[in-house]
Amino acid sequence: MRETNMRKILISLLFLLFGTSAYADCNIKSGSINILANDFPALRTFVETAKGCKGSADFKVTHSSEHNKIAVPALTANPSEFSARIAANSSIVPLMNQDLIRPLDDLVKKYGKGIQDSQLITIDGKIMAVAFMANTQHLYYREDVLKELGIAIPKTYEEVVAASEKIRASGKMQYPYAAAYKAGWNLAEEFVNMYIGHGGEFFKAGTAQPSINNAKGVATLNMLKKLAGLSNPDYLTHDSEAIKVEWESGNVALMTLWASRSGTLLDDDGDAKITAATKLTGPATVAGGNIPAATLWWDGFTLAKNRSDADAEATFRALAHAAANKKMVADAADQAVWLIEGFKPGPKSIGVIEAVKMKAKPYPMLPQMGLMHGALGSEIVEFLQGKESAEQALKDVEAAYMSKAKEQGFL
Amino acid sequence: MPNKTFFWFFLPTGLAMILFIGLPIISTGIQSFYAQHDQVVKEVKKCDPFGCTVSIVVDQEKTSKIREEKPLGKFNGFGTYVDRNHLAVEEIGNFWNETNSFGEFVDQVTNLPFYKALIFTLTYCLFVTPNVLLLGFIIALSLNAVTRRIRGPLIFGTILPMIVTPLVGSLVLFWMIDAEGIIGANLQMLMDDPYLSLKSSKTLTWITIIIYGIWHHSPFAFVVFYAALQTVPQEPVEAAIIDGASRWQRVRHIVLPHIYPVVTFVALISLMDNFRVFEPIIGFSAEGSAQSLSWLIYDNLVNEEVILFGSAAATSMMTIVGIAILLAPVLIRTWKEFRTAR
Repeated sequence: MRETNMRKILISLLFLLFGTSAYADCNIKSGSINILANDFPALRTFVETAKGCKGSADFKVTHSSEHNKIAVPALTANPSEFSARIAANSSIVPLMNQDLIRPLDDLVKKYGKGIQDSQLITIDGKIMAVAFMANTQHLYYREDVLKELGIAIPKTYEEVVAASEKIRASGKMQYPYAAAYKAGWNLAEEFVNMYIGHGGEFFKAGTAQPSINNAKGVATLNMLKKLAGLSNPDYLTHDSEAIKVEWESGNVALMTLWASRSGTLLDDDGDAKITAATKLTGPATVAGGNIPAATLWWDGFTLAKNRSDADAEATFRALAHAAANKKMVADAADQAVWLIEGFKPGPKSIGVIEAVKMKAKPYPMLPQMGLMHGALGSEIVEFLQGKESAEQALKDVEAAYMSKAKEQGFL
Repeated sequence: MPNKTFFWFFLPTGLAMILFIGLPIISTGIQSFYAQHDQVVKEVKKCDPFGCTVSIVVDQEKTSKIREEKPLGKFNGFGTYVDRNHLAVEEIGNFWNETNSFGEFVDQVTNLPFYKALIFTLTYCLFVTPNVLLLGFIIALSLNAVTRRIRGPLIFGTILPMIVTPLVGSLVLFWMIDAEGIIGANLQMLMDDPYLSLKSSKTLTWITIIIYGIWHHSPFAFVVFYAALQTVPQEPVEAAIIDGASRWQRVRHIVLPHIYPVVTFVALISLMDNFRVFEPIIGFSAEGSAQSLSWLIYDNLVNEEVILFGSAAATSMMTIVGIAILLAPVLIRTWKEFRTAR
């Protein structure tokens, strides 16, 4: 009893000390806030911080890994179900295509104190989103395994293949490499990374005509197949979560995975020996290229167009509070590579920082890219299964993309 | 029942069916004839934390004007139906001219997404439906012969696969057949092949899904057959026993003819259900090796960042046509029997 009372007093005291400054511009009187976001720790922290600023507004949030499937229908409704959507390079595109989000210029001017210019996503001179964290896929390695076998930290995918083969030959691990190759979105993302690493372009310049059926496309597929051969044979069913589990069970020594997952790999859960030997490095390059075979991603918030101005204002104020929050960035420095002022990168952000240093390209923000991504996810599977040639697979991707693009009016 | 009574009796159901099934089908049908308007794009400067680029976006001003005029989109007729991702009429024509042997032609055609899905869907139907009927009938016969005291618990155990939600059922099996799961690991030991994986081979994935389908659907057949068995008159059965008929002869000549209408009913329902196979593909993460027509619709609606309403609608309509074609023989036969019975 006494202890809880003591805690209450302490908390009240803390509020007196810090509360006033933190809540100074959080004087939201009305409106309702409803946020749709993906589900990983950094986003939960971000939304939770925004909630601390809700004032007397209604506050609701939906964290779901199925956010992509809900977003467009939910924001098309008028009034829309959500007042804000936490989006990324790729998921902002369908919202832009359908004209579902509003420009934020006025709100940024009025309430955007502390948000850095570099955080603003501007399209055609209008601010469409405010980014707050960066993400990429990069290499993770088991220091103990590499050291024991005298393998240097791989810098290229060719070295990843050689290292994995050496580990397999040593008999330590049967399937030493892992990446999220689950048929569909994940597999297509791996292709996009590897193809960009080869210096490939997805479309003929300035048009929506596909242009992946070329030598770079073939080289990309061959590299993916080599890596798949060093992965667990069930790789076509493995998403990021599944390979994380593989890693934590000690079955894997080299892995390409999202930077945003590093927190859960390096936490205290699981085998302490594996956690201690888990090390991060930048993304690998491929085929002698300079830029890494990876794409840079940002996560940021957008506001729904089909929602009242009052709701938009309330939502913006709450989210802007989080998007310029030095305290959150300091407390959760381990969870993400924050783009917010005051962020001091720790060991878990090595991957993203290396990727930026190596001049990795951002994921292409093109209106028709989603269709290409979708076509890749289903049409390259048979090549990996050894059922068709690389040229045939790429031809299939282009054909599947073309029919979809015609239906959507891009061609 | 007089026709008038039947009409009033059926009216509420009929209305609900028109409202919740008929109208959506009509709306889907209309949707399938439309495609999106031509996208008006323009070049703009885009800036994000990683730098600025010149790239294209959809011109909203111009697009919204076109959209307001014609909200349904651009009339496309059967354009979506015949495109490469559906019936692929043009592509098949080309394959026929380009390929040298019939085998090569078949290879090319079955590489098209719609035909790939159709083949899996039909294979699933053809293997699951008869096996469900057979297994359901055998279980019903055996349980009918068991002493009454333990029949209750046995029936409960038998219908368990049907009670388990399809997605949960398939997920449980998915984990069991994992290379480190109880079935997967034991199979590796039995076959003495450490690389054996049920999930990576297309054939093995198909077999797994089909076995799962039989496991999941048999209880339904069993329940209906078991109920029907209770109505088999005892006199002819006893007479047959006195005449020295074997158990098989009794089943073949007395029980089966008696429950025949029920067999037709179960066959119809199973075929319809199986043609719409979907959950096990998601549950087994088998998208890579097995796609069904329903999965194609799902893929068009949710897996793309852009929703392909036209594609999904066209596949839906073709699924309905497919079910109608599959059921036609059974329906015609039932209709003929109904006419002769009158």
